[in-house]
Amino acid sequence: MSAQLTATDTAALSVRGLGKRFGSRVAFEDVTFDVGYGEVFGFLGPNGSGKTTTVRTLGTLIAPTEGSATVAGLPLTPENGTEIRSRIAIMPEAPGLYLKLTVAENLRCFADLYQVSDPADRVCWALGAMHLSDRAGDACGALSKGLRQRVALARALLSDPRVLFLDEPTSGLDPSAARDVHDLIRELRRGGVTVFLTTHRLDEAERLCDRVGILSTQLRTVGRPDSLRDEMFARSLAVTLRAPLTDPGLVFGATPSVDGWRQAGPASYLLAVADPEEMAPAVIRSLVAAGVDITSVGESRHSLQDVYLELLEKKATSS
Amino acid sequence: MSRISVRRVKAIVVKELREYRHNGTIVVSMGILPLLLCVQPLIVVFGLSSSASAQLRHEHVLLYLLIIPAVVPSVVASYSVVGERLQGALEPVLTTPITRAELLLGKAAAAFLPSVLVAYAVFGVFVGLVEGFARPGIAASVIIAPDLIAQLVFTPLLVGWSIWLSIAVSTRCTDPRTAQQLGILAMAPTAIITVVIATHGIPPTLLVALSAGGALLIFNRLGWTLASRLFNRERLITSTR
Repeated sequence: MSAQLTATDTAALSVRGLGKRFGSRVAFEDVTFDVGYGEVFGFLGPNGSGKTTTVRTLGTLIAPTEGSATVAGLPLTPENGTEIRSRIAIMPEAPGLYLKLTVAENLRCFADLYQVSDPADRVCWALGAMHLSDRAGDACGALSKGLRQRVALARALLSDPRVLFLDEPTSGLDPSAARDVHDLIRELRRGGVTVFLTTHRLDEAERLCDRVGILSTQLRTVGRPDSLRDEMFARSLAVTLRAPLTDPGLVFGATPSVDGWRQAGPASYLLAVADPEEMAPAVIRSLVAAGVDITSVGESRHSLQDVYLELLEKKATSS
Repeated sequence: MSRISVRRVKAIVVKELREYRHNGTIVVSMGILPLLLCVQPLIVVFGLSSSASAQLRHEHVLLYLLIIPAVVPSVVASYSVVGERLQGALEPVLTTPITRAELLLGKAAAAFLPSVLVAYAVFGVFVGLVEGFARPGIAASVIIAPDLIAQLVFTPLLVGWSIWLSIAVSTRCTDPRTAQQLGILAMAPTAIITVVIATHGIPPTLLVALSAGGALLIFNRLGWTLASRLFNRERLITSTR
């Protein structure tokens, strides 16, 4: 094995200033992040933000025009293309199956392309993992969109990859099939497989991903979903009362440690506090002292969607 | 250059053959085109009287049939890359460890086998019909050893050349029908030369045969290089020119 092929096993993906231009058009640029082994990394961004091109670049399908990367322990160079592709698997957004062939024939072809040992067993396993065993003999052209998506996922599992790139894996799946995919991703993570998940479903990313990156030609942010929320939004306490306060400033202004407040609904208020959990009892006491009927008090949690939209709005404003 | 994996090449061959079997257009084209090409020489041969056998010494009817291996492979090979690309199935294949050489060899081998079989089969039928039903004396004038040998030797060479040209065309086209038409058009000069030799425009001497054989070997090598150069993963995936 050449020196260039020596694996550096510190990160499953290590990307430094990576970029791709098609002529004068920038697909993505200056992208830097690391993904550890066994991590589920969500890659989010609007349509046309460069997510798919990034995946194709890391999958050695297209060559970067700037920067460098290490994929599954190997430097991203044309010479390492075959070896990198044998260590990873990519499930593209479109299933791209041979529609005239059966499900089993499709999988068998790819098992041979990956030179899987004992391909028949591996195909059986992949069919079972995606609950497709009873459809093995069906032509792919006769399957629904959701079933085709499952076949594509089964195909991506054949090679037992170290890094699995999934581009919108639950697109077109019914809730039950989507849950199966989520369970599978968790199982893969437990097995040490790195999952690079490109998705538009932010709830999915929030539930599954250890960390997320938000791309809009450039990488806007990388972090854990809860850390990103804390970084971007002040923590607040949501208070809902039975009836609106006649003078909220008087009540909340007199409450220690409430830094500010705003009305969120007819009888709902958001209070800016340093630590919602610590401050909740004091707020409740003030409200009770004011003779108000309280319906609920709790921390107001921003979703990953709030983070996502905030970042993209910031970008739109700045440009 | 990395070593070629026979298993991966075989996987592509098996997949392609399975796809051909299910593709009605390909099956029909591969069946009808050779039959049409063989009808005209049959009409000529069956229309001849016994006294015309001397005239046939200056015409090599069997060599007309070399148009079949020159043209028929275009039908399948032209479809090979563009067809897969249109299905969206090319990207998943390119994400596997398969090399460009393995993929192209697999596709070429898959087109080679049925094309050679069809060409030999039609040739066999033609010889059988002439032997069994042509007027006395005609068969002996048509079926001569040098032309039989030429048919056996040149068929695979012409098939190979046609396949590489058609695959090269297929990598640059976005529509299978256009690719098939351009593939057949690209083989037109070869087909014309074949006709010229068959009609004694260029006398089919041993020197001509050796030169043509050598040229076809070189063309096969050049065709492989051309197809490899034109097969660009990035362009095929992103559709950039």
